[in-house]
Amino acid sequence: MSAKSRGMVERSLSSFVGALEHAFAAEELAKKKGLLQKLDPRVKIVAILPLILIAALARELRVIALLFALAVALALLSRVPLGTLAKRVWLAALTFTGFISVPALFLTPGRAIYSVPVLGWTVTAQGVRTALYLVMRAETAATFSVLVVLSTPWGNLLKALRVLQLPTVLVVILGMTYRYIFLLLRTAHDMFESRKSRMVGKLGSRELRRVATASAGVLMSKTLQLSGDVYLAMRSRGFRGEVYVLDEFRTGWFDWVMLPLFTAIAGLAFWFGR
Amino acid sequence: MTPPAFEVRDVTYRYHEVTALDGLNLTILPGQRIALLGANGSGKSTLLSILDGLYFPQKGEVTFRGEPLTENRLQTQEIEFDFRRRVALVFQNPDVQLFNPTVFDEVAFGPLQMRWPKDQILLRVSEMLEQMEIMHLKDRSPHHLSTGEKKRVALASVLILDPEVLLLDEPTAALDPKSESQMIDFLVSCSGGRKTVVTATHDLDLVEDIADYCHVFQLGRIVAAGTPAEILNDHPLLLSTNLIHAHRHAHGSGELHSHPHRHGHKH
Repeated sequence: MSAKSRGMVERSLSSFVGALEHAFAAEELAKKKGLLQKLDPRVKIVAILPLILIAALARELRVIALLFALAVALALLSRVPLGTLAKRVWLAALTFTGFISVPALFLTPGRAIYSVPVLGWTVTAQGVRTALYLVMRAETAATFSVLVVLSTPWGNLLKALRVLQLPTVLVVILGMTYRYIFLLLRTAHDMFESRKSRMVGKLGSRELRRVATASAGVLMSKTLQLSGDVYLAMRSRGFRGEVYVLDEFRTGWFDWVMLPLFTAIAGLAFWFGR
Repeated sequence: MTPPAFEVRDVTYRYHEVTALDGLNLTILPGQRIALLGANGSGKSTLLSILDGLYFPQKGEVTFRGEPLTENRLQTQEIEFDFRRRVALVFQNPDVQLFNPTVFDEVAFGPLQMRWPKDQILLRVSEMLEQMEIMHLKDRSPHHLSTGEKKRVALASVLILDPEVLLLDEPTAALDPKSESQMIDFLVSCSGGRKTVVTATHDLDLVEDIADYCHVFQLGRIVAAGTPAEILNDHPLLLSTNLIHAHRHAHGSGELHSHPHRHGHKH
C-alpha cells in the first residue's frame, strides 16, 4: 500500500475511533458526581447561558478573567479534568482566536511597546489589550459552553434546550442524528477496515478517489435502507407523525440555591463589566 | 366463538420482481406459541411485517381478531392505537428498533405515542427496566450497549405496552451463548401466560422452548406444519428446506464421513 493511501485509510479509521472514544468519555464525565452534574439540566442552561453572554460582551478584562477563574473552579468542582479542557477547549480556542487576533497586535494604534526585528512592525499596548480581550472572551465562553455539554448526558441536554423554546421536533431530530451518526460511523469504520485488510500493492490517486466515492455510495445506500426500517419500527410502536418528548427532570433544593447564586454572579459581572 | 388472533388467506407479497410470499394461508389462535421456520429469504420476516400492519399484501387478506387488517383501517387513529397496543414486533436488527438517544427514552417511546399520562409512563418504564434487568442502562445511549443488551432493550420497548401478540424476528440472532440463554429465559417467561407469540427463526435449538407449533417456510410458502417434535425429527424435510445440512467431519477414529447436522449453541 502506498504511503498516501495508507495515510487516508489510517486517518479515516483513527477519526472514527476518536469520535466514538470522545463521545464515550463525555458520557462518563456526565455521570460523575460533581457540582454541575447535580444540577437540573434546565437550571444549568438558564444559569450558565447568561455567563457565556456576559463573558463574550464584557468590556473589563478583570471581569472576564474572574469569569474564567469561575469556569475553572466549576470544572474542578464538577470533576472535569483540566487536561481535557486544555486539550479540547483552551488550545483550540487559543489557536483559532490567536490567529485572528495577531493582526490586532500591529494594526491597533497606540503606544509602541515592541518592534519586530527585520520587519520593523510595531506591537502596541492597545493592540496587546485588544488581542487579549478576544482570546480571553473566546476561552471563557467556550469553557462555560463545554462544561455544560460535558456535565450533561446528550439526550438530557437536548431535552433541556426546550426551556429556550427549541421546537420538540428539532429535539427529536437532533437526538436521532446523535444516535445514528455513531452507527453509521461504525459501519464506515468496518467498511474501511475490511478494505484495509484486503488491500495489497499501491493505489494511485485515481483509484483512491474511486474507493472513496464507492464507499460513500455504499454508505448512502445503507443509510437509506436504515432510515426506511427505522420509520417502520417507529410506526410499529404507534408513531403517526407527531413527536413527543418525556423528561424526568426534577428541580430540587440544590437547584434553587444555585440558580440565584449564578444569577447574582451574572448580575455582578454584567454591572462591573459594562 | 373467539376469533383467531390472525387469519392469513391466500396472501401474496412481492418486492418488485421477487415473490416473498406466494398464496400463503395460516391461522394463528389466541394464546398459541408459533414458530415460523425457514432459511434466509423464505418469507418469514415479510409475514411478520404484514402481521404487524407495516406491509400490506398485494393479493389476499389478513384479519386480526376477525377484523380486516388493511392500510385504510389503520388510517383511523383509534384503530391504529388499539392495534399497535395489542400487537408488537421485535425487529431482527436491534439498531433499527433503538432509535432514541437513551434506553429510558426508548422504553418510553411507545407509551408516549399512545398519550399515556406522564406519571404512568415514568412508573411503567421503571417497572419494565427492573423486570428486564436493565435499570443500570437507563441513561445509556444505544451505541454503548452490547448486542444482548440491545435485544433486551428492544424487547422491553414493546413489552411495556403489554401487547397480547408478540412477533419476534430472529430473537437470538448474533447473541453469544450467555445472552442467548438469557433471551430465551425472558421469552419463555413473557410467553408463558396469555400472550400469542409468533417467532421467526432458523435456530432450531430455540424451537422447543418457545413454540408449541411450527410452520416451515420455503420460497414464500408453508411446506410443512406440526409440533416441534414432529418437525425436528423430520430430517428429510429439514434438509430440503435448508434448515440443516450435511456436514463432513472426523470422529475419534479419524475417518471422515458426513451426516445431517443442526447447529446451535446449547449443549
